[in-house]
Amino acid sequence: MAINRRTFLKAAGLTTLAGVAGHAAMELLAPGALEAARPESVGRFPEELTAKRWAMLIDTKKFTTVQTYQRSIDACHVLHNVPHIPGDQEIKWLWTDSFKHVFPDQQHELVPDAIKNQPFLALCNHCDNPPCVRVCPTKATFKRDDGIVMMDMHRCIGCRYCMAGCPYGARSFNFWDPRPFIANIDPYYPTRMIGVVEKCTFCEDRLARGQIPACVEVSEGAMIFGDLDNQDSEVRRVLRERYSLRRKPSLGTKPHVFYLI
Amino acid sequence: MLEKALQGNKAYWGWIFTLLVAIGIGFGFYVVQLQQGLGVTGLNRDVSWGLYIGQLTYMVGIAASAVMLVLPYYLHNYKAFGKLVIFGEFLAVSAVIVCLLFVVVDLGQPQRLMNVVLHPTPNSVLFWDMVVLNGYLFLNIIIGWAVLHAVKKGVRPASWLKILIYVSIPWAVSIHTVTAFLYAGLPGRYFWHDSLLAASFLTGAFAAGPALLLLILMIVQKVSDLKIPKEAIQTLTKIITYAWAINLFMLLLKIFSAYYSQYPAKMATFDYLFGGVGGEQMMPWMWNFVFLSVVSLVLLVIPSTRNNPITMTIALVMVVFAGWIDKGLSLVIGGFIPNPFKVHTEYWPTIPEFFITVGVYAVGLLILTILYKVALAVQRENAS
Ligand code: SF4
Ligand code: SF4
Repeated sequence: MAINRRTFLKAAGLTTLAGVAGHAAMELLAPGALEAARPESVGRFPEELTAKRWAMLIDTKKFTTVQTYQRSIDACHVLHNVPHIPGDQEIKWLWTDSFKHVFPDQQHELVPDAIKNQPFLALCNHCDNPPCVRVCPTKATFKRDDGIVMMDMHRCIGCRYCMAGCPYGARSFNFWDPRPFIANIDPYYPTRMIGVVEKCTFCEDRLARGQIPACVEVSEGAMIFGDLDNQDSEVRRVLRERYSLRRKPSLGTKPHVFYLI
Repeated sequence: MLEKALQGNKAYWGWIFTLLVAIGIGFGFYVVQLQQGLGVTGLNRDVSWGLYIGQLTYMVGIAASAVMLVLPYYLHNYKAFGKLVIFGEFLAVSAVIVCLLFVVVDLGQPQRLMNVVLHPTPNSVLFWDMVVLNGYLFLNIIIGWAVLHAVKKGVRPASWLKILIYVSIPWAVSIHTVTAFLYAGLPGRYFWHDSLLAASFLTGAFAAGPALLLLILMIVQKVSDLKIPKEAIQTLTKIITYAWAINLFMLLLKIFSAYYSQYPAKMATFDYLFGGVGGEQMMPWMWNFVFLSVVSLVLLVIPSTRNNPITMTIALVMVVFAGWIDKGLSLVIGGFIPNPFKVHTEYWPTIPEFFITVGVYAVGLLILTILYKVALAVQRENAS
């Protein structure tokens, strides 16, 4: 026998060690390259919608009135028990802002009035290279294999490093107990506790039950959701046909929310 | 040796009592914050870190500055610092404890603090900050205590201690470097995203830290039999002068690259801080910073004012205060203003936030007082 049990175990131990160290080095130098693996066994329904890489398109030509925006925002906020807290300690998952605020680097004096005065939807971009995941010290923020950037509110320590890290202002912090600020609590979705961070989750809870995100569902075609890695998907087809913008592309975060112009 | 902290005159106990009252008030407000949440602070959706994290940043620098005594004494055998090194190390101990407390009071869910240890996350700079801060704390506790024991017994410090001391020198640099990386590694935060940040953190610390130490030692000298050697003061003030000059130079470098390039995102925070664009809350502080920095630098550079006890003291107070405005206030707050939408949301600490901050500093001063008391008693016994 060329190799005895002892040397084999030694070698195995060493390679494991190298593996662990290699993993740590990888995470350090190319943070976010390794994604949190998804437990295969829990919470899976046969009707679950799956994709290699989820992405969202927002057709800015179809969002014309305040009502169209508000319908999507309300659908999201009511469904996810997002509290209405007035002032600058508010919580928001999906909201609108002006062109010059949503695309601060793309605005110039001669932007047509129609675009200048039109509100644009903003939400977490589920970035492919998300700084929020990179900085979180507890893995409470993590990226799933299908690209959804998730929050584990039971893991979050409320350090708010992810808020400093997100260059899109997409995260909110529960400065107060949110429950008194929710008009009608939806028993099918958990409410949050004080002192944790939250944000849009691409409705992963609905995807698991075979439904598309709530905002997309009520948008009457103004939002499209689908698999970016699938050549034949609707998102890919539309992106081939129309011009689209992403927010702050120069930062290298690779947002997966596209704005059709 | 700790029992030596239990002997003292009326003034000593009055000081301890004052600190305990401040700690009590701070703790009371902390309980309120625990129950109601960080909503009681002035923080908001846009400015998510404020006074607490600012103090962490400033005090990491104070802790790191101990190396300005340790390095000349142990590496260059500079004897004049002999008696003072222990005070530098004990200042580092209390400063690091203050830093860790500021992390805790800043958390939304402090009872989950151990998650950082239970789920170690090497891609997060905050994880490494925790590692280096705790490491530095233990290094300085062990070194300080063992050196003091050696003094008490009148023997030379053991050789294993030497190794720890040498380790502590780069370690001191690491704590401030890693803390700078907390900020410097974020995309889209242009005020922080700056490769000079760690270097300017260190120079600012090597000025403000020794300045604070000298001021504290001058008070200790008044109330005890400590004698600070004149040569030590002169060397320390020279260190402060060089570090301060380099620190201000680096600030000018940042201002140049922002304004000569006319890069809007780089100018935005300077516009806000110094020009009051989008809100004037920070502007008076920043111009005070400029005034204090320039006057203190002049006082320190001219040999006659640097060596005159009165003008020197004034300069030291100015450096400590200017350093505090820079790291404790404007760096953290300025980094968030304007926000990612180029909107200016301002922040100002609230009363609970203020008293919790005072309380945390009082804990640090209490620890510092006890450690210094022990160190003084041991040195006195040894001398007699
Ligand atoms: S938009 Fe912000 S919160 Fe969302 S994934 Fe990107 S960095 Fe993270
Ligand atoms: S606040 Fe929570 S989610 Fe954000 S970085 Fe800290 S632990 Fe992670």
